[in-house]
Amino acid sequence: MKKNTKQAIAFNLFRLISIIIIGILFLILYFIIIRGIKVVNWEFLTTMPKDGMKGGGILPAIVGTMCLIAGSMIFAFPVGVLSGIYLNEYLKESKLKKFMRLMTNNLAGVPSIVFGLFGMALFVNKLGFGDSIIAGSLTLGLMVLPVIIRTTEEALKSVDDSLRFGSFALGASKIQTIRRILVPTAFPNILTGMILSISRVSGETAPILFTVAAYFLPKLPTSIFDQVMALPYNLYVLVTSGTDIEATRPMAYGTAFVLVVMVLILNLTASFMRNYFTNKNK
Amino acid sequence: MRKKIRKYYEKFVEGILFTSSTITSLAVIFIIIFLFSEGIGLFTSSPVEKGSALYVNSNNPVKKLRSEQIKKIFNGEIMTWKEVGGTNDSIFLFSMDDISKYYTEADLGSEFENLPQKLNEMVVKHPNILMFFSEKYIPVNFKGTRLPIRNVTLTGFFGGKEWYPTTQPAAQFGILPLILGTIWVSLGAILIAFPLGIATAIYLAEVASPRLRFFLKPLIELLAGIPSVIFGFFGLIIVVPLIQKIFAIPVGETALAGSIILGIMALPTIITISEDAIKAVPRSMQEASMALGANQWQTIVRVVIPYAKSGITAATILGIGRAIGETMAVLMVTGNAAIMPHTMLQPVRTIPATIAAELGEASYGGLHFKALFALGIVLFLITLIVNTSVEFIRDKSK
Repeated sequence: MKKNTKQAIAFNLFRLISIIIIGILFLILYFIIIRGIKVVNWEFLTTMPKDGMKGGGILPAIVGTMCLIAGSMIFAFPVGVLSGIYLNEYLKESKLKKFMRLMTNNLAGVPSIVFGLFGMALFVNKLGFGDSIIAGSLTLGLMVLPVIIRTTEEALKSVDDSLRFGSFALGASKIQTIRRILVPTAFPNILTGMILSISRVSGETAPILFTVAAYFLPKLPTSIFDQVMALPYNLYVLVTSGTDIEATRPMAYGTAFVLVVMVLILNLTASFMRNYFTNKNK
Repeated sequence: MRKKIRKYYEKFVEGILFTSSTITSLAVIFIIIFLFSEGIGLFTSSPVEKGSALYVNSNNPVKKLRSEQIKKIFNGEIMTWKEVGGTNDSIFLFSMDDISKYYTEADLGSEFENLPQKLNEMVVKHPNILMFFSEKYIPVNFKGTRLPIRNVTLTGFFGGKEWYPTTQPAAQFGILPLILGTIWVSLGAILIAFPLGIATAIYLAEVASPRLRFFLKPLIELLAGIPSVIFGFFGLIIVVPLIQKIFAIPVGETALAGSIILGIMALPTIITISEDAIKAVPRSMQEASMALGANQWQTIVRVVIPYAKSGITAATILGIGRAIGETMAVLMVTGNAAIMPHTMLQPVRTIPATIAAELGEASYGGLHFKALFALGIVLFLITLIVNTSVEFIRDKSK
C-alpha cells in the first residue's frame, strides 16, 4: 500500500535523524573524554599551573568556578525561590502577574554577553567592585534567576491542592502552610532547578569575561574582591589566544574534560531526580 | 496581642516575598538603563578621538569632512582635495608624528614650547595641508581652520559597511557587516536545525515507544546542558578542519562552521518546545483522523502539524533567538573578520562575538566602549522582539 510505504519511509528517516542527533552528542562527549582523560590525574586537579599554562594543574580554575557557583547561588537561590513562591502562592492572575512573568521571560532571553556588558557597567564600574568574584557571581546569579523562579513555580504548581486546603482546614496560616507543607513537598523539584542553574553557571563564559575571569593566575583567591580563573574561560583562552597553542593543547583537553564531566554529573543528577520524584509523587 | 504580632509577621514575610519577585523586573529595567546610558553616547560624539582635531588652511574651500572621507584620505584612497569637493591640489597630510621630519628638536625647544608656533608656520606654508594634532598644541591666533566632523549618526551606524572602531584619526562604526554576519550564521543554523529538530520532535512525540522516549529525552536535555565553550572547542578541532578539507579553502573558520555549531546548539530548544506543542494536540482529533481511514503519517501531516503550528513556530523563533545571542561558540569558529559576507565559506563576525572580542581592549568610557554598548542595545532589542513575538504567538494560539 502506497500510503503505508510513505509512512514507513518517513518514520525510518525520522528515527535515523534522532539517532544522528544523539550520535552528535556522543561524538562530542567521546572526543572530549577520550582525549582529556589522558591528561587528567590527581596532580592535574590539585596543583597550580606553570610556565604560562604549559604545565602543572588547573586547581585555581576549579576553585574559581566553585567560588562563582557558591557566590551566584547565595544570591540567586533564595531570591529565586522566594519570588517563585510569591508568584505562585500570593499573586492572583492579574496585570501585575502578567508583567512579572513577561519580565522573567525577557530576562531569561537576554543573551549571556549582554549580561556580561551589564555586569561590567553596574557591578564592576558603577558599584566599584572591580573584576571580582562578587561582580561575577552577581552577574551569573541574575542570569540563572529565571531558571530558579520557573522551576520553583512549576514545583509548587505540582503540589496537590488538597494538601493546601487540608493545612488551611487545620487552622494553619498561609506562611505556615508554605513553610511546613508546600516547600518540603516541592523541595526535590526546587533542588532540580538549582542543580541545573549550577550546571549553567559553571559552563558560562560570556558573562564572566569582563566581570571576574583572569588567565594564568596561579594563586587562590583570598577575598570576594579577588579575580579568579574559571574553567570555561580558561578553556576559551587556551584554545584561541594562547601564545603557544600546540603546547597548551593537553591543558585544554584536560580543562574541557573536567568541565564536561562536572556538567554531565550535574545534569544527570537533575534529570534522575526529576524522574525519581515525579514517579514517587504519583 | 499575639494575633496582632502574627498578622504583622505574615505581612512582613509577604513583603519580603514581593521584594524578591520584583528583582527580575528591576534587572530587566536596569539592563535597559545601563545599556542605553553607556551606549547612546556614541551618537553624540565625534568619531575623532577626544582631545584631537583636524585642521586645514583657512583658505581651503573644504569646510567639512565625513568620517569615511577622513579614513580614505589617511588610507591613501583619496589623494586630492577635488575628490572631497575642494581644489585640484593634492592633499598634504600632516600628523603630530611627522613633526620631526620638518623641524629639529632644537627648533621645537626642549619642552616643545615652540611647537604651536611651528604648527602655525606649517599651515601657512602649505595651503593644501590637512593637519591632525592634539587640541592642546593649538597656537594663539592660529591661521588654520578646525574642521567640524559630523557625529556618528544612526544611519551611519546601521548602514555603514565598515567596522574599524580603533582607526585613527576617524574610527568607523558601521555595523552592517556585523548584522549581516549574525543573520547569515543564524539563518544557516536554523536551516540545519529546523528540519532535524522537527523530525526528532515528531519522532519523540508520536512514533517512539515510551521506553525509547524515556531514554532519548534526557539525552536531548544533556545536549542542551553542554557549555558553549565546549561546542566551540569541538567546532574548532573537528568541524573547522573538516570544512577546510571538504571545500579546499585556506581557512576553515567560516560562517558555515558557525552555522553548523549553532544549529546543533539550537536543536534542544527546537525539539523540546515543538515536542510539547505536538503532545498538546488533543487525542480526540487524532483519533477522528484515524477513524476516517488516515494512517498515522497522514494524521501527523494533515492534523497534528497544522494544529501544533503555532507551537512549532514559537520553537523555531526561540531557536533563532538562541542562535543570534550565542557568543562563545561563534567567536571560536567563525574567524571573526568584520567584512561584508558574500558566501558561507568566508569568515564572518557576529554582534555578540564582536562585543566579547573587543570589550576587553576598549578603554572605559571611550568611543569604542560606547560603540560596543550600542551593539549590546541592538542585540538586546533583537532578543526582546524575539521573546515578545513568541509570547504573542503563544497567546494567540490559546
